[in-house]
Amino acid sequence: MKKAILIITCIALLASCSKEVVDKMFSFTQPANFPVATYHFNTNEITKAKFELGRKLFYEPRLSRDNTVSCGTCHIQSAGFTHHGHDVSHGIDDRLGSRNSPPIMNLAWRTSFFWDGGVFDLDLQPVAPIINPVEMDETMDNVLAKLRAHPTYPSLFEQAFGTKDINEERFLKSLSQFMVMLVSDQSKYDQVKRHEGATFTASEQAGYELFLQHCNTCHREPLFTDESFRNNGIGIGPNNDEGRYLVTLNPADRYKFKVPSLRNLSYTAPYMHDGRFLNLQGVLEHYANGVKEVAGLDPLLEHGIPLTPAAQQQLIDFLKTLNDESFIKNPLFAEQ
Amino acid sequence: MKPYIFLFIASIVWMGCSKDETPNFQENKLAPLSIEFDNIVGNMNLQLNTGEYTNSSGEKFSLSLLQYYISNIEVQKADGSIYTVPQDSSYFLIKEADPLTRFAKVKVPEGEYTSLRFVLGVDSLRSTMDISRRTGVLAPGGGMDDGMYWGWNSGYIFFKMEGLSSAAPVDPSGQHKFRYHIGGFGGYSAPTINNIKTITIDLRAGGVAKVRTGRESNVHLMIDIAKFFDHTTKVSIANNPTVMFSTYSTLVANNFFGMFRHDHTEN
Repeated sequence: MKKAILIITCIALLASCSKEVVDKMFSFTQPANFPVATYHFNTNEITKAKFELGRKLFYEPRLSRDNTVSCGTCHIQSAGFTHHGHDVSHGIDDRLGSRNSPPIMNLAWRTSFFWDGGVFDLDLQPVAPIINPVEMDETMDNVLAKLRAHPTYPSLFEQAFGTKDINEERFLKSLSQFMVMLVSDQSKYDQVKRHEGATFTASEQAGYELFLQHCNTCHREPLFTDESFRNNGIGIGPNNDEGRYLVTLNPADRYKFKVPSLRNLSYTAPYMHDGRFLNLQGVLEHYANGVKEVAGLDPLLEHGIPLTPAAQQQLIDFLKTLNDESFIKNPLFAEQ
Repeated sequence: MKPYIFLFIASIVWMGCSKDETPNFQENKLAPLSIEFDNIVGNMNLQLNTGEYTNSSGEKFSLSLLQYYISNIEVQKADGSIYTVPQDSSYFLIKEADPLTRFAKVKVPEGEYTSLRFVLGVDSLRSTMDISRRTGVLAPGGGMDDGMYWGWNSGYIFFKMEGLSSAAPVDPSGQHKFRYHIGGFGGYSAPTINNIKTITIDLRAGGVAKVRTGRESNVHLMIDIAKFFDHTTKVSIANNPTVMFSTYSTLVANNFFGMFRHDHTEN
């Protein structure tokens, strides 16, 4: 009898252990060449069950009014989690948005979200597309009601949170778990920087030096953004999007937009907040010759960036070393 | 150096204050206090959709939606001592369409209270807290129509009022609709508008609140929407049919101070 109890206790211990071990093994990994992540893991510790629930929710069309649009609709993995080929995204009923869908990667280092930085906590980010009439046009209450009535979500929430009770916090934190795990740190650039055996070609190296000289102030490595809001002289678009001003109401912020990361550029065209440039040549041509002297233009761009066609090509060669193919092909991030 | 000295003195003064306050309250003898938010327009009771009103600009209007946050409730005795309701129990969303939300019910120590203070809106600290601290009425649960949360610009809508008026231009939905969504907690990473308003109500003329166990003192407030349209700023529906996150909203929010009036207390 005693033996049996002992064995049962052992099994129980082992079972509880193994679940913890699995969860421990599955965690956020800080890339060696990145600064410390800023996401608040202390209030949302990564676990496998929560991550997998978040992934399922990310690809869940029930988040939209007529169950047609998921997060993954406009954030496609093979396109670096953007809406490749769309200047602005079309959401529910093919309604058009006003801005280019930004890539979802390395969000654990972001201090604000959206082109205007209107959201300051990743946990609150999903609310915006869900209730936006041109994106998902749904209410949070309805989304939760649909998930509660679903045959599998209550048990998935139970596995993740220990309760079948589906609420805003658990829903949003699951989505955050999936999104913060979307770390892109396996580009050739990263392998060079971490001395993992890769080396730049002569052209890439020349491009890197040009980058450090002309671009690194705003597109600061290794994340390739300094998280600031700037007016880069592309001029006012047809919809007169005032960018950061809409959030701060500070006139100095008119037409400023978040400096985007340069990682995975090959997968995320078109470029700028309204997707006006179809390719990198167009972007570099803008900086070389097209910067408009508008009010609020970033002082660093007053004279544009002098780049010969040869220098532009070197820069593009370097920028391509920021592509991370393993990121856009990682099956862990794909719809299951 | 100077600011530190000031802070040091201030903290001593503050400590001194709080020490004095404690003996005035028996926090283990809490009793119910109810605050009733009775929405009116001038001399008329507010009736959603069916009621017809005229503002001081001579514009006729009806209301289809009215809701606002009340939070951070404090009560004060004649001797000046103040009791602050624990913050987690001090958030209320008053919705004209839902009679159950007409009362903000809190528990305060037994005693006689001569004034009342609360925030119209949601304080900035709570507006930036982890989502786990925003449950109940603070959960960003609604949608575009009845929701009280700006998804694109993280923050609560403190006061939301919509209705119809021939003075309003036709909107894309074909209605002569006006929309007032007032919020703004001051900004997270960059300063911006702050429309958090602290309302103080003197209860002495209309009747002090006598809070004791076994009874529910009810402070009956009238919230006059006519004052929304005219207190320190005259708001014309024709000129400003839509006011949301904008600098003009700060003028509108100052009108909030004129809206609240103590009618009577039921002890």
